[in-house]
Amino acid sequence: MNWTPTRRRVATVAVLASLTLIGTLGVQMAARSADTKEQVIKVSTKRFSYSPSEIRLKKGVPVVLELTTEDIMMGFNLPDFKVHGDIVPGKVTQVRLVPDKVGTFVFLCDIFCGAGHEEMSGKIVVVD
Amino acid sequence: MTKMIDRRDFLKLAGLGGAVFASALPGVSLAAGQDDFFFVQLSDTHWGFQGAPNPDAKGTLKKAVAAVNSLERTPDFIMFTGDLTHTTDNPVERRERLSQFKEIVSELKVKTVRFMPGEHDASLDNGKAFQEFFGPTHYTFDHKGVHFIVLDNVSDPRAIVGDEQRDWLANDLKSLKPDAPIVIFTHRPLFDLYPQWDWATRDGDKVVELLMPHRHVTVFYGHIHQEHHHMTGHIGHHAAKGLMFPLPAAGTTPTRTPIPWDPAHPYQGIGFRGVGTDPKSAAATITEYPATNGGGA
Repeated sequence: MNWTPTRRRVATVAVLASLTLIGTLGVQMAARSADTKEQVIKVSTKRFSYSPSEIRLKKGVPVVLELTTEDIMMGFNLPDFKVHGDIVPGKVTQVRLVPDKVGTFVFLCDIFCGAGHEEMSGKIVVVD
Repeated sequence: MTKMIDRRDFLKLAGLGGAVFASALPGVSLAAGQDDFFFVQLSDTHWGFQGAPNPDAKGTLKKAVAAVNSLERTPDFIMFTGDLTHTTDNPVERRERLSQFKEIVSELKVKTVRFMPGEHDASLDNGKAFQEFFGPTHYTFDHKGVHFIVLDNVSDPRAIVGDEQRDWLANDLKSLKPDAPIVIFTHRPLFDLYPQWDWATRDGDKVVELLMPHRHVTVFYGHIHQEHHHMTGHIGHHAAKGLMFPLPAAGTTPTRTPIPWDPAHPYQGIGFRGVGTDPKSAAATITEYPATNGGGA
């Protein structure tokens, strides 16, 4: 390919711009990772309970709930944070949230799972 | 107790609809003799339940059947809006309960009786046992110029109507004029009444979106074991009392535990409902009846 000086200048500018962009993104991603280190909490379920059934969180600290079921498919619904996940046997279901308010909030199974379904719930307590 | 709702109030409840009462609406002409309309809604009979919230668990449904049979006004039809039986993990026992329920309600004098499942009947086997006894879980029928749609939001245990049934609904609605009177029967609320107690349908908002272009839509449902009225836009949603035990109003107690039986006021908070036009005043009425002729609701 026979490049003219103008083409070379354009190409050089493009490469430099790309490197700058990649560098900026890299810095941003690193900063984001440092700022938002997620707390991981494992929650197991079986008919008709969650373990743990009370989860204490700190306001503003991101959390990942890793949900598993020991028997049949279950639900995890935390309506006050509009978070829910279906928990399928043999898999880990992750739900993420950043608690932005203090208080006690109910989570419940929203997949009908049998005679004790209506009592299957727990609470998340968010503190400052 | 009869709660008379004048036409203006009912139209407010039902949006512009008053859908059930097409004959009572100005500008709607029906053939002579079609202006009188009355049906009964029974819900959440939970046959098979045993426990302190209802010491007469084996007798209440039979008493309710007798109470319906003794109504002064004969219903055009009777609709059961789900949780006919109390859930059991045992498929044999589930069928036994459905069979016993069917036998008891066969004593109803009115023979046009329609059924739909609640999550207690259908969520553990995707409606299989229910269908063996009562047929499809979603369907339509027409009566005196009103189009009735029975929607199943329980056979999928995730409390979802689902893509397939929503497509079916959309196709059905296509055949109706925008001002056609439509009544929806469903078990769970189609709006987020109180998701903290599972009083919702996951894709209820998508169902309501499909219904929105229709001006006269009214929804009757069960699930929450108490009377409740709510509007989403112009669409009225009316929950019925149950026939086994009442539940507290949303969020008023830490859990959705049944309200304890009160020996001083047996059967309080349980009952059934009549919906119709008042032949004398032509006003639309919702009448709440006690579960038994001896009182209650």
